[in-house]
Amino acid sequence: MSEPTQSRRVHQSSLIRVWLGGIVIGLFFLIAVFAPWIAPHDPLKQDLFSGLMAPFWLDNHDPAFLLGTDSLGRDVLSRLIYGTQVALIVAFIAASLAALLGTVLGLLAGYYGGWLDTVVSRLVEIWMAFPPVLLSIVLVAVIGTGLHSVVIAIVIIDWTRFCRVVRAETLVQREQEYISSAVSIGFERWTILWREILPNVLPLLVTLLTLEMGIAVIVEAILSFVGLSVSSDQATWGGLIQEGRQYVHSAWWVMSLPMICIIIAVLAFNALGDGLRAILDPVMRR
Amino acid sequence: MSFPFLLRRLVLVIPTLIGVSIIVFVLLRVVPGDPIMMMIPPGATEDDIDHLRQLYGLDKPILEQYFDWFSEVLKGDFGTSISLRQDVVELILSRLPATIELAVAAMFISVILGTLLALIGTFWSNRWPEIIVDGFTGLNQAIPDFLWGLIFILVLGVLWPLLPVSGRIDPRISLDLVSQFYIAESLIRGEFSVFLTLIKHMIMPAIALALPLTAVISRSLKASLRETMTQDYIRMAQIKGFGPWRILIVEALRNAMIPTVALSGVQFNFLLGGTVLIERIFSYPGIGNMSIGAVIDRDLPLIQGLIITFAILFIITNLVIDMSYRTLNPRVRNE
Repeated sequence: MSEPTQSRRVHQSSLIRVWLGGIVIGLFFLIAVFAPWIAPHDPLKQDLFSGLMAPFWLDNHDPAFLLGTDSLGRDVLSRLIYGTQVALIVAFIAASLAALLGTVLGLLAGYYGGWLDTVVSRLVEIWMAFPPVLLSIVLVAVIGTGLHSVVIAIVIIDWTRFCRVVRAETLVQREQEYISSAVSIGFERWTILWREILPNVLPLLVTLLTLEMGIAVIVEAILSFVGLSVSSDQATWGGLIQEGRQYVHSAWWVMSLPMICIIIAVLAFNALGDGLRAILDPVMRR
Repeated sequence: MSFPFLLRRLVLVIPTLIGVSIIVFVLLRVVPGDPIMMMIPPGATEDDIDHLRQLYGLDKPILEQYFDWFSEVLKGDFGTSISLRQDVVELILSRLPATIELAVAAMFISVILGTLLALIGTFWSNRWPEIIVDGFTGLNQAIPDFLWGLIFILVLGVLWPLLPVSGRIDPRISLDLVSQFYIAESLIRGEFSVFLTLIKHMIMPAIALALPLTAVISRSLKASLRETMTQDYIRMAQIKGFGPWRILIVEALRNAMIPTVALSGVQFNFLLGGTVLIERIFSYPGIGNMSIGAVIDRDLPLIQGLIITFAILFIITNLVIDMSYRTLNPRVRNE
């Protein structure tokens, strides 16, 4: 008796996670899209006479700047709002491209085996021997700063996450009976890969993709923090952290607010990913 | 675990390292910024520049440069740092002990803390301690090590300034230690005041590095403890009348550890890679901090040496974990 109620409870909590994560990401998405209308100020407009103003919960704040200003007098709230754009663009595009590259290589290596599998597995092994943060910094230093190089760096570093999992799962699926039946009916290899194996790998892929989006948000923040992300006058969460760190002794909130944004965004992506994992694939419920 | 197995693994390491070195080398040679331009003093002539380029071998084709470099590497020579004008191997060896001490401390903390949390969550399962453990784990998965580092600096360095936020040791202390392993050496020599300041400087970066791994360990270990606790031999121990803590720690933990050890290889690598940012944030003088400086200065020989060093560290950790997995798990031990 206890087994079904237990699994129903697991199912319910997973649904809650998916909803919560989805709603939070949806909100971030709306903020990013409508940034020009929501942001109270121009995120780039400097006013050196009103630098480092306090946020609303501290004394002597200016109601025009709800979350205060940075050292150059730029509105922190507006910079956070515009930073959402960069974070989400990187999260969606970089994670999707990394998933695409990793999945194609993983499917081919797992299904065809042979020399292709040897080459791909070797590549993954070499990739795993690189320190990821250092590699991303080197990559962006090589390609040059900018949104596209951040995306390229994330794709080049994180395709292995998808490749490893998809390859392993393809190997499992390949041995299943439905594949040998498909072969005996005379299906083409491509058809089998595309129509039979891919749909079965998909639940796992969706979960990984969501988690990867959270990772991409973090990597973008790291690169901005090191000063290698998009151009320095564009507002990003990581850039704001880096600025705030320099005067953390006089205005601690400038550094804290973008950190809170990053944590909320990553929590939301993780909740969505974990929830989806439990709902889409009952075998993986552990 | 047998000797041939170890030998086979070591042989497999070589192509990986060569692959890493080729990728780094080619990657760095397409850098738009010219490293020579950063070295030249103002007023250098065209001839001076050509001379320097020749000195560092940057005028040859990439393939030739690679083979020149690689044959020197085989002799243990990684060249001379362009920005610091010192031998790369000497530079790395002088900073490596600091990173190893930091990483080992962080690994130690994460294993102890992760195991403790998993035990607490399993012992008081479905009650408030488990909820706290789960909440902490979930939150921890969203906070990367460098954010933890900044949170610590903010809380313990700025709001309540209890701990030093930068460096490895108080600059006012004069050190007469012979090795670069400060913590180990001060402990062996019994210099406890030195040891204490070292620990004070290390505690924040070490915990920041350790927390993400702590979450992974406690989550995975708790899941397998839960499964192990339903096994027949645990029932048997309960019937025999063993206490609940004894059953958990003595009987269940050993078996439940196996899957966690298997997954921790990649995770330890993330921790090692995390030293790059954490050392930068805490101005800790290790090879991670040095790497970012080397990238900013476009110091090609130094970057190459550092990435190879990290790759070797990764491979060693993986090998150690693989071997402890084999020692723990009787099913693969005699393969």
